[in-house]
Amino acid sequence: MSKSMLSLTVNGRTRDDVVPDNMLLVDYLREVVGATGTKVGCDGGECGACTVIVDGKARHACLTLAVSCNGKAVETVESLERNGRMSALQRAFNEKLGAQCGFCTPGMIMASEALLRHTPNPNDDDIRRELAANICRCTGYVKIIESVHAAVAETSAKEAAE
Amino acid sequence: MEYLPNFKTHRPSTAAEAVKFFAESDEPRYLAGGTDLVVNVRRGIETPQTMIDLTGVEEMTGISDAGGGLRIGGATVLREIAESPIVRERYAAVAEAAGEVAGPTHRDYGTLGGNLFLDTRCLYYNQSEWWRASNDYCLKKAGEVCHVAPSGKRCFAAFSGDVAPALLVHEAEVELAGPGGTRRVPLQDIYRNDGLDHLATQPGELLVAVYLPASTAGIPSTYVKSRVRGSIDFPLAGVAVRLQRDGADVSDLVVALTAVNPYPHFVKGMDAHVGKPLDDEALDAIRDTVRTQAKPMQTTTVAPWYRRRVVGALARRLVSKLYEAQG
Ligand SMILES: Cc1cc2nc3c(=O)[nH]c(=O)nc-3n(C[C@H](O)[C@H](O)[C@H](O)COP(=O)(O)OP(=O)(O)OC[C@H]3O[C@@H](n4cnc5c(N)ncnc54)[C@H](O)[C@@H]3O)c2cc1C
Ligand code: SF4
Ligand code: FES
Ligand code: FES
Repeated sequence: MSKSMLSLTVNGRTRDDVVPDNMLLVDYLREVVGATGTKVGCDGGECGACTVIVDGKARHACLTLAVSCNGKAVETVESLERNGRMSALQRAFNEKLGAQCGFCTPGMIMASEALLRHTPNPNDDDIRRELAANICRCTGYVKIIESVHAAVAETSAKEAAE
Repeated sequence: MEYLPNFKTHRPSTAAEAVKFFAESDEPRYLAGGTDLVVNVRRGIETPQTMIDLTGVEEMTGISDAGGGLRIGGATVLREIAESPIVRERYAAVAEAAGEVAGPTHRDYGTLGGNLFLDTRCLYYNQSEWWRASNDYCLKKAGEVCHVAPSGKRCFAAFSGDVAPALLVHEAEVELAGPGGTRRVPLQDIYRNDGLDHLATQPGELLVAVYLPASTAGIPSTYVKSRVRGSIDFPLAGVAVRLQRDGADVSDLVVALTAVNPYPHFVKGMDAHVGKPLDDEALDAIRDTVRTQAKPMQTTTVAPWYRRRVVGALARRLVSKLYEAQG
């Protein structure tokens, strides 16, 4: 089996691992790093459950080779909390019932996080368009859209107070 | 992990190095975003021994001016093309088509080269290993018969990339680098009408860049597709149109299709409508010409007759829209 050296940052921490050349990023994250927040829902690219952020952009960890991330910054849902406190997006998905069974939620949240980084104040259409690659079998999506709006409202209220 | 073959991965930093790795490797494949290739590898359709990862090749990314036309690197991601102000201004259909590919996450790392070199698709082919095994496979991969047309020896899997027809109507050329050197050819020349083997390129040829000519910059154009879910799916039929109006007359009309044949292609016979005003009769004739040149087969869950009807209707609608908008 061919293996390569992989040097990258995962959730802000620098890591060096020797990984098989045919290892998917999602298996690397779950089995080598031990960050099991990222989920696998389909056999490739259909559902968005595995969405992570690589160098600032959303990406499916189930279609990405781990070794392709050499030198890059990978962020998973585990990166969002601060000192045990959930981020505004996580809290909003929890409080506004944007998560039911929760299986799609890590992917939904990371896709939403990627959206808010380039469009900090999205309207309904922006949210629908940018979360279109993420499938949820529970919520009916309306609660997910409300959750993203709630996170934006919380963040801007906090910024206004500061 | 065990479902992926035990391949070796190279990460070249130049196009020349990528071509060299390809020539020297066992069962190699170029890997860009992987949104088509990795899915096919996971399903056992592709069994590479070597992956040549293009994500580190900088000369293959980005959009730049080329004498009033544009050069788009072969590994440029689709979101960059869809959102580029200069692409939108000069080659509207290309930006629109790039923005219609798959879902937003796919467009963040899926590339133009991968879109143009996309494998052809079929209901009986884009399935898991066990699904295909239980169906005795098919002609395109590991089997003896075509389940779509069992009496023949042809494969009708449809080319389903969105961007190709938009590039065709703007007369794009592609720069290919291979073991024998570099060449530049019209985009149409890299395709052939055969679902088993739809790429007419040489093995190992790498799409380095796409060139859009100054001569078609700014001519109004547009792209539209029909699909099952508006959010994410491959086209059931896709149409690109370029139309220039001069007074009441159509002075330039080019139409190209995707997803209704094993290759993307121009619609023949559109010249008959140039130099004349566009009336309902002409629009109906365009619709019918498109329908006769689209030959969808039962390669999707949606019936072929529907795809043929819809491709004609979409073409008629787009031609009319571009004509009226310049009125
Ligand atoms: C759920 C889902 C929905 C999709 N929907 C659509 C859709 O609606 N429309 C659509 O067009 N596509 C769709 N796709 C397919 C795919 O996302 C896009 O076509 C994308 O542009 C492919 O690019 P890539 O970089 O990921 O290609 P890859 O998967 O990396 O490569 C695809 C093929 O091209 C070859 N290749 C890649 N780059 C080059 C190059 N520079 N030179 C030579 N060969 C090269 C590879 O060897 C491989 O054979 C969908 C995919 C998924 C998973
Ligand atoms: S058209 Fe026939 S041979 Fe081609 S992929 Fe479909 S079933 Fe297989
Ligand atoms: S697990 Fe990656 S898209 Fe479904
Ligand atoms: S909450 Fe169950 S899939 Fe989305």
